[in-house]
Formats: sequence, structure tokens, C-alpha cells
Amino acid sequence: MSFPILSTLIFLPLISSIFILLSKDKTNNNSSIYISLFGSFATFLLSLFLWYSLDVNTSEFQFVEEKSWINDFIKFKLGVDGISILFLVLTTFITPICIISCINSIRVRVKEFLIAILILETFMIGVFCSLDLVIFYLFFEAGLIPMFLIIGVWGGPKRVYSAFKFFLFTLLGSVLMLVAIIAIYWITGTTDITQIYEIKIPKEYQNILWLAFLSSFAVKMPMWPVHTWLPDAHVEAPTAGSVILAAILLKMAGYGFLRFSIPMFPIASEYFTPLIYTLSIIAIIYTSLVALMQDDMKKLIAYSSVAHMGYVTLGIFTLTKQGIEGSIYQMISHGLISAALFLCVGVVYDRLHSRMISTYGGLVNYIPKYSLLFLIFALAALGLPGTSGFLGEFLVLTGTFQKSYLAAMLATFGVVLGAAYMLWLTKRVIFGVANNSEIKNLKDVNKSEIGMLATLAFLIIFFGFYPLPLMETFNVSVNSLIYNYETALTSN
Amino acid sequence: MEYAILFLPLLGSIIGYIGRSLTSYFAEISTSLFVCISAILSILVFLNGYQNNIYGNYLIFEWISSGGFTANWSINVDPLSSVMLVVVTFVSALVHIYSIGYMSHDPHKPRFMSYLSLFTFSMLALVVSDNFLQLFFGWEGVGLCSYLLIGFWYKKETANNAAIKAFIVNRIGDFGLAIGIFLIFFFFGTINFDEAFQVTSQFANKKIVFFGFEVNLITLICIFLFIGAMGKSAQFLLHTWLPDAMEGPTPVSALIHAATMVTAGVFLVVRCSPIFEYSQVALNLVTVVGMITAIFAASVALVQNDIKKIVAYSTCSQLGYMFFAAGIGAYHVAMFHLFTHAFFKALLFLGAGSIIHAFQNEQDIRNMGGVRKKLPFTYIFMLLGTLALTGFPFLSGFYSKDAIIEFAYLKNSSLGNYAATIGILTAFLTSIYSWRLFFKAFHGDYNNKKIPIHETHESPFIMLIPLMLLSIGAIFSGYLLKGTFIGDYSNIFWQSSIFFLNEIKHDFIPMWFLLTTPVLVLISIPVSYYLYVLNPNVLENFKNTNMPLYNFLLNKWYIDEFYEKVFVNPTKKVGSLFWKKGDIGIIDKFGPDGISKLIKTISNKTGRLQTGFIYDYAFVMLLGLSILLTYLILK
Repeated sequence: MSFPILSTLIFLPLISSIFILLSKDKTNNNSSIYISLFGSFATFLLSLFLWYSLDVNTSEFQFVEEKSWINDFIKFKLGVDGISILFLVLTTFITPICIISCINSIRVRVKEFLIAILILETFMIGVFCSLDLVIFYLFFEAGLIPMFLIIGVWGGPKRVYSAFKFFLFTLLGSVLMLVAIIAIYWITGTTDITQIYEIKIPKEYQNILWLAFLSSFAVKMPMWPVHTWLPDAHVEAPTAGSVILAAILLKMAGYGFLRFSIPMFPIASEYFTPLIYTLSIIAIIYTSLVALMQDDMKKLIAYSSVAHMGYVTLGIFTLTKQGIEGSIYQMISHGLISAALFLCVGVVYDRLHSRMISTYGGLVNYIPKYSLLFLIFALAALGLPGTSGFLGEFLVLTGTFQKSYLAAMLATFGVVLGAAYMLWLTKRVIFGVANNSEIKNLKDVNKSEIGMLATLAFLIIFFGFYPLPLMETFNVSVNSLIYNYETALTSN
Repeated sequence: MEYAILFLPLLGSIIGYIGRSLTSYFAEISTSLFVCISAILSILVFLNGYQNNIYGNYLIFEWISSGGFTANWSINVDPLSSVMLVVVTFVSALVHIYSIGYMSHDPHKPRFMSYLSLFTFSMLALVVSDNFLQLFFGWEGVGLCSYLLIGFWYKKETANNAAIKAFIVNRIGDFGLAIGIFLIFFFFGTINFDEAFQVTSQFANKKIVFFGFEVNLITLICIFLFIGAMGKSAQFLLHTWLPDAMEGPTPVSALIHAATMVTAGVFLVVRCSPIFEYSQVALNLVTVVGMITAIFAASVALVQNDIKKIVAYSTCSQLGYMFFAAGIGAYHVAMFHLFTHAFFKALLFLGAGSIIHAFQNEQDIRNMGGVRKKLPFTYIFMLLGTLALTGFPFLSGFYSKDAIIEFAYLKNSSLGNYAATIGILTAFLTSIYSWRLFFKAFHGDYNNKKIPIHETHESPFIMLIPLMLLSIGAIFSGYLLKGTFIGDYSNIFWQSSIFFLNEIKHDFIPMWFLLTTPVLVLISIPVSYYLYVLNPNVLENFKNTNMPLYNFLLNKWYIDEFYEKVFVNPTKKVGSLFWKKGDIGIIDKFGPDGISKLIKTISNKTGRLQTGFIYDYAFVMLLGLSILLTYLILK
């Protein structure tokens, strides 16, 4: 076995958090910040190297590590393929950005905050490279704890209610998934997913197990009607928390569908497709309409996230090439766009301490650079061609159209609503005349802010025009996913 | 060269924006220069294709590949796109130059110039695409620039609302276009133009079940594509954004809302002629919508008072002409009218801008008049524009508009005859409202109370040069290019870029028919002069006796009010309902809040059991013991 690169990747943030713990910051937190930045950048570079050295012409898991953890029961098994690598890179890319954003926004217990973020990163990386159900479950649920703390300790005034709601929803879902994992072990005698793929779970168990997994993924996604924790969590979470939540935590469920639900329960996946379509369409239309009426910027963006995730679930369960590729693309792109939008809200929140749309207006007169960036992200969020937001949506809709005209038409109509709420938001925040005297004294984005936002803007536009680096990475893996699904259905 | 045409405007836009702080002239010079070069190159490409038959498809790079869903960024130069290249870059270059003068007092001029160039790039990307996805990119890209430019004066609430309205109404159209593309990909397996057009004939009689109805596939595709075209080209029911879009600066109206972007719908229908030709139903729909728009917009234009809105409705009406030309199968005539219209309508808009400039941002024609001596050049150019628009003999509008009416007649079907009749009627109305605008703005008494007449002034040279060049186009483009576009050489020129399944034959047209339109157009000049200048009381009396009709036209058939009541307000209400009642009232109430309340109640109740008094516990123990004993005894 070669160098354990995935384990290194997972534990690098954890180790840097230990260094932060050991650092002796008294008056300022500079050394903590430098350590965490260094640690997260090193992780990012390592993940880029991993992406670079990944062979995209095979759908096999690569860089596989396998260690026995509990004798003959749970193996610590890791590996990546063309799909998970992108989520991995997204995670390691977003984390340093979050850390930079803390410099401006977090004032108390900076050290502890950084530790929470880094530990969270460890868990998130773990989720995307686990090849064992139990390990996956541990990482998946452990991520809740730092997130719960981030909202509960550094959050806004209603943080306790939000943190509690977040925990209640997600935990209820996961309990059922744990039961399902135990059941799978009981049926197949293993929790190693590559072996489960081979064994094939009998048809009679699939539906119930699929539903158990759904209950967890639906909450994390979040799908309608278990989405109401998300707006509250976002509203109360500090900026970095919102960014991680929107950019990465929401992607875990989509990844979960691709990695577990579809390959392990293909028959059930087909059986429940109408259910997913219905929920996705409701999510798209319903939450877009709700987003239209919000007066809190973060809530609006949170509701728009639910709508965007609706496209993701829709695309995944079309089980067409375009649908699945579109969903993956949409997830990556939403990771960048929603992160950018929440950072944008964070920038003005740090200055005026208000998230209300009515506080703002006419920003373009005083902080033009910020306004330009905000406009770019808003346009990306409404899926303008030339930004990464467009391709994901368009591919999903192309895929959906091959399965259901009705679903595709309703979902396409959601695009119109998306334009409505995003442009109305932009109009009320950016354009118009300032009606608040404080706005006149606002300072435009500083160096670290413009660095983060401009990088994100560049990537969003770059991947809008040239998506091939991403698409080539997951092409073969998606092909084999669909191939396995279809053979499972025909052999049934 | 082809690459330069496409990318110079983009480059100009970017460096103009970045370098705006260098000197105040940097942005306007760089953007205008690059677009002018692009225009010159476009004309070279057009001539090269026209004379030497050199066309081609130039790959930029691969864009997307997902299964069979592949698209390239590419520059496809064929007769159709080369015509569009000339129209777009030529008008754009002139509008750039004009804007240097028109926007000279605006502190945000660099941003304005940069947007204009960005628009030019998007529009070029639209016309040169060789697949539906790049077309869609350009399609929404021009929509974005239109949004940015309509809302350019972002401090104005009305401008912001108009910008959003334009984008969203266009998105409704884009919805149709997207569905059309999905259908094409699903059945044809490709989104490349050439490949899709090649397989179209195989699906000519294919029926599919769509929401329980059995419909012809090609018809369905065409209808959805046409919905996209209706949104972009402001056709009846999706036209409401265009008049509001006049909130933007006037050069924008000339470039985007007259000459180029709004014609993208017509371009789409012509580009997809190989598909439309296989569906008579869809073609009839195109004709009918075109007819309705033509007459509707002309009727509304009769009574509007805002100079730009009159021209906007006129644009809407002329676009209707182009569509019914395409609908009766005369795609080349539609393109011809698109071409000539670009010149005279841009001329009219820029001329109107010059008048507005002279009156210091006054747009109401009731507050104008009597300034023909003060604005001699503008007067002449507006006269030429008006003559060309109304179809005065031997000017460009005469050749293209009359050709549309003639082809409608030659179609020799009942729909064709209807179209011809509507066409003649609309031509008459067009003439009336155009002369109304002209006479009210220049003739009669000076009616402006705010500005004394000596303060009105002719526009600077830099604004008049583009007007002059456009009027040359408005005069000669019809006569010079008639043979190439619609005459004897048209088949040689258009080659395979326009497809005719059943070509309309050049038959004999009766002389009375040929003369009807020009005669009506000529008669309308003295009639309008009498009605609007010499004896306005006649009209005033007519207006007062027919108030409901007048109001109906003035309020644009009440379509905006209808939409507001039926779509906009209910949408907001439903949004509120879902949020307050759905999320908070149901999901949260019975979900997390309900559960936590339940747990709290239960724990409160159970908590109350722990009183701490020994006799309470003793009593419960005794009770338990007696129940247990009873159970044991009874068993």
C-alpha cells in the first residue's frame, strides 16, 4: 500500500486544529489564524494534487486505503472516484475562504471558532471519501456537532432555537439511516459499500431501506417539506457557518443519493422516482414563491438554495446522463454561488449589522465594487448562460425532459421565478436611492473580501464558459453509475 | 477576421470598463474604435461571401459534452449570419459614436459604453452560433445587457422596474425556447443546427402524446421556439416590456429595442426555417400573431404622447410585419424588412434622441412643435426616417414592406389574403402615427412652457454623423439590395441558409393591388397635416365623442393592468401564503415546534407528579399495589 494520501487529507485539518489549541494567543489571534490558513491551504493543495493524479478514465475507486478498525466488522476504508473528488476539492477550497471571512466577522472566541471550522472540514472530507457505511455515518453525523456549535455559540439572537431546530430535524432523519445500516449489515454481512454493490440487496428489502436513507438525505438536502430548518439555521449562523452549510453540507445528501441510494437500491430508486419528482417540483415552485416574499436577505438566499437543490434531486433521479451530470454540476456550481452570496451578505452585515433588505438600497452609489460582484453572483444564481449556474440547470432540465414533460415544464417555469426573486433582491439592495444615512458612510470591500469574492466570481464565470475540466472528471464514473443501474433493472 | 469581429466588442467592453479611471475619454474611444473595426470587418466578410461565396464555420473551443448533448463555441458564417453581422455591427458602431455625444453629461458614460459593447458581443454570439445552446447563451446575454441598459439610470424607480419587467417577460419567452431545445434534443438527438435540420424531414409526420393530446412533433417544437421568439421580439401578449424599456437612454432604444435584439426572434424563425417549413400549423400561428401585433401596436401608437413610446410601438408593429412575412413562408422578405428596418428605425430613434436632447429631456410630443428651423439637420433626418418607415415610394421601407404585402397576396390562401389586408391597413395607420409624431414635434406652434425656444439647440456634430449615415442606409438600402435579398438573385444569395419547402411563385400581381399601399401612404401625408397641424379641433371632437375607444388605446388595451391583476399580484399572494401558512403555519407548527411543545407538555405533566411529599408517593404505591392484587385475584 502506498502513501495514505486520503487519511492525510482527512486528518490534516484536525492536526492543525491541535496546533491552534497549543498556540499561545493572548492579545490577538494572529497565530491561530495563520495556522488555520496554512493548514487549510495545505489541505487544498493536497486535494488539487489528488485531483490531478486521479485517473478519470476509470470508474474504479482510487487511492483506496483499508484498515481493520473493529475486527471483522467495521473497516476504515477510504477511496475516491471521479464524482467524489470534486466534492472533496470543493470542501477544501471553501474552507480557507471561510477562515478568511472570519477575520472580519468573528470577534469573540476566534480560536475556538477556527478549531470548530477545521474539525468540521475533517468530517466533511471524511464523508466524501468513506467507502464503508459505518465510517460514512460517523462522519456524516459528527459534522452536526461542530455545525451545531457554530450556530449555537457564534450565531444571532435566535441562535438557540435555530440550532435546536437544525439538530432535531437532522437527527430524526439520521436515526432511521442508522437502523438501515444495521439492517444492511444483517442482510449482507458487510458494511463495505464496494462489496454491497457486488452482493446486491434483495428486492424485498430495498424499498424500506431506501426510504430510511431518504429520511436522512431529504433533511440534509433539504427537500420539501423538511426544509424549514435551513432558513432559520442560515439566518442565525455566522457568515462562515452559512457558507459551509450552503456550499458543502447541503451537497452531502446529493452525494449520498449518488453513492448509496442509487447503486445499492436501484429497484427502489426506480420505484420511488415519481415521489422524488413530486417533492422536487414542489420544492422548486413553492420555495421560489416563498423566496419572492422574503424581507431578510439570508432567508431569501436560503430559500433559493432549497429551490436549487430541487433541481439537483430532480436531475439525479432522472437517471439520465444529462440529468445526473447536470445535478453534479449544479451542486458544485451552487457551492460556489451560494458561498459567494452568503459572503456578500456577510460583508454588509459586518458593517451595518442588519440582514433586512429594507435597510439597504442604492448601494451601487457608494460601494460600486461590491455591487458589481453582488450582481454577478445574483445573475449566476438565476442561471444566466455564461455562468456555471446555467449549465447545471439546463442539463438537469434536458435530462428531466426525457423522462417527464410535466416535471420538466414545471421545473423550467421555476427558472422564471428564480429570475424574479433574484432580480427583485438586487433591485432593492443594490439599485435605487439610499434611504439610510449609514449607507453613505459604508466602506467598499477590503482586500481580503475582494480576494475571496473575485476568486469565486472568476471560477463561476470560468466554469460557465469552460466546464470540460469538471465534466471530464466525472464523465466515466457517471457512465458506470447509469450502466450499473440499468443492468440491475434489467436483471431484475 | 471572423474571430476579431466577435471578440473585439468584448475586448472593448472589458478594457473600457477596467480603464475607465485612466482618462475620461478612454472608455468611449476604445469601445467605439473596436466596434467600428468590427463593423468594417463584418462588411468585408459579407462582401467576401456575397462575391466570392466564402463562408465557413470557425471553431473557438468545445463548450459542453454530456452524452449526446454537445455544443461548441463557434463562429458560423453563412449568408444569413453575415447579413446579421452587418446589421448588428454597423448600427452598433453608429450608436457608439452617437452615445459619445448623447451621454456626454453623464458621469457613468464609461459604464454605458462598456455595456453597449458587451451587448454587441452577445448579439454577435447569438447570430453566429451553429447550435441551439450558444444561441441560447446569446439570447439570454442580450437579455442581460438589455436589463442592465434599461436600468442604467438606476436611481429611477421606474427604470429599475422596467428593467426587471423586461428580463422576466423575456424569461417567459426563454422558457418556451428552452422547451423547444429540449424537444429537439430529445427527438433529434442533437442541438447542432445542421444536424438537426438534416433529420427534420424524417419526423415530418411524427405524432407524440403531449399532456394527453396527440400532436405533431414539428408543430410542437415550432410553437415552443416561437414562444421564445415572441418574448424577445415583443409580440402580442409578450410585448409589454418593450414600451416600458424606453426608460433606458435613447441610444439603447435605437440599438437594442429597434435594430438588433428585438429582431432576434425573427432571426430565430428564419434560422429554423428548415423546421418551420414542415409545420403549416405553426406557420399559420406565426402569421396570425404577427398580424395581430402589427395592427395592435399601430393602433396604440396612434394615441401615445411619449415620443419614444410611439417609436417603440412602431417597432413592435414592424416586427409583426416581419413575423407574418416569415409565417407565409417569405423568410427572405422578413430578413429584408429586418435589414431595412434596422436603418430607418435606428435613425428614427436617434433622431428622437436628438429632439429630446434639444428639449432638455422632454419626451412628450404635446410639449414640442415649431422647431424645424431650430433643428434643421434633425428635421431632415427625421423626415427621411419617417418617409422610409411609412413606405414612401423608392425609399427602403417601400421595397421591403410592400414586398411583404405582395408576398402575402401571392400566397394565394385565405390567411395570406387576410394578412395582405391587415398589412395594408397597418401601413396606413403607420403612416398616420408617424406623421403625427413628425408634425407635432416640428410643425405647428411652439408648445413648451418650461424652456424658451431660443434655448433649444441642434445636436453636436458627433450625434449628427451617425444620423447621416443611417439616413443614407434608409434611403438606398432597399433599392440597392432588393435584387439580392428578395429578387432574382435571392436563391443564389441565401443558398441553403433559408429553406423553402414550397416556394412562393412570382405570379402576376394586379396593378390596383400594387398601387394601393403607396397611394394610401401618399394620401396620409396631407390628411395628417390637416388633422394635426391645420385643424386639430376635428380630432379633438372625435376624441371627446369616442372617449372609451381613446382610453382603450391610450391604456394599451389594458393588457398591463390585466397582467398585474391576474399574474403579478396572485403570485405574490401565493408566495406569502406558502410562507406564512405553509412553512410557519403547518410544517413548523406540527413539525419541530409541535414536537418540542408536545415534549414540553408531557414533561410538565410528569414533572408535576414529583411533588416531594411522602404521602403522595405512599398513596401511589398503595394504588399500584391494589391494582396488582386485583389483577392477580381476577386471573
